[in-house]
Amino acid sequence: MSSLQVILEALPILLQGVLITLKLAVISLCIAFVIGLIAGLMNTSNNKILRGAATFYVDLIRGTPLLVQIFFIYLGLPALLDIRISAELGGIAALSLNAGAYIAEVVRGGIISIDKGQVEASRSLGLSRFMTMRLVILPQALRRMIPAFVNQFIISLKDTSLLSVIGIRELTQNGEIIISANFRSFEIWGVVGVLYFVIIYILTRLFRLLERRFN
Amino acid sequence: MDFANAFSIDNLRFILEGFYMTLKVAFISIILSFVLGCIVGTIRYTKIPVLSPVLGILVEILRNLPLLLIIFFARFALPDIGIQLGPVYAAIVALTLFEGAMISEIVRSGLNSIDKGQIEAARSSGLSYISTLWHIVLPQGLRRMVPPLVSQFISLLKDTSLAVVISLPELMNQSKIVIGQSYNYVIPVLLLAAFLYFAVNYALSLIARRLETKFI
Repeated sequence: MSSLQVILEALPILLQGVLITLKLAVISLCIAFVIGLIAGLMNTSNNKILRGAATFYVDLIRGTPLLVQIFFIYLGLPALLDIRISAELGGIAALSLNAGAYIAEVVRGGIISIDKGQVEASRSLGLSRFMTMRLVILPQALRRMIPAFVNQFIISLKDTSLLSVIGIRELTQNGEIIISANFRSFEIWGVVGVLYFVIIYILTRLFRLLERRFN
Repeated sequence: MDFANAFSIDNLRFILEGFYMTLKVAFISIILSFVLGCIVGTIRYTKIPVLSPVLGILVEILRNLPLLLIIFFARFALPDIGIQLGPVYAAIVALTLFEGAMISEIVRSGLNSIDKGQIEAARSSGLSYISTLWHIVLPQGLRRMVPPLVSQFISLLKDTSLAVVISLPELMNQSKIVIGQSYNYVIPVLLLAAFLYFAVNYALSLIARRLETKFI
């Protein structure tokens, strides 16, 4: 078979993988955003216990490889708690927890970047701490965080490839399956690479357009 | 869970051998990717015609691909064009290329952060372009790059775990093999692996913090 035939034959299955990859990335990042926002807010609070818990979570996740986290959730938790988790659920959980820690740091950085004087001003105008955070700090901080979120989304999208090790049929796993049938690793890995590149390139362009709209 | 049997002498030695392999591959890749990143970053900074844009495209491609794919490619696709690499070399080549691309961007932005006025001043004081780069821009730029560089090295160390897919006998691979012996070993072995990664990374980030206060 010529290279072109090999590629054309593989393309439908690979494109299915692209859809799964995108789905995993979007779901994980949405969950990670919530986790990261909570952990980031905990990290900037005055309560020592909350701050300690958030720091522990962030340091733990950032200090260990994502692969270890995936194995821990997919293989370790079922062994510990005697439950069964589907590969997809385990993968999404691991990816969300991982991205959540990085987003927590982004959120913390964003909140810190807002001038302290604004907090003092709104507090002395009679807003509660919660209202100050919600109405004054977060709207400005979140806008500053947008580029970092986009960055994290792209990193998470690339990280979905690691979920192939627990058998989720995303783009990389589908590539592996095809290669194990036809042994054409050069063509297939080449196409998989092009697909990842194209997705990420389009997304970066799209996000840059949106950013310009926002600011 | 069975900590006692999971951490038998044989298992521990097996896992620690993997840890040694992880450190070795990470160390070599850190040095090579640093050298590569510095060269590519400087060339892109100096805007040499043809060479700089071509390197720019290559860096963009590498940065936008998942590392896992680059590792697969180095091990399984390169033989198709006549380059046969064992797991160790494939891992080092893949890590060096990917992290080198990342580091080149750090280097480039570090150099760009140096005020243009300094370069103009040095040039009008009679320094050649190369001496300006060597004596004025690089020493200051490198200092500013220390924090992002260390965090990139930490990522690299964690990324060596991906070489498990090409059966490089590093920490993750050995841990997986031990886990394969018994269902009761899953938690203890994963905890040990996580602890080992964490310990090295934490030490690295502490060193980084020391360097930051010393240099900047």
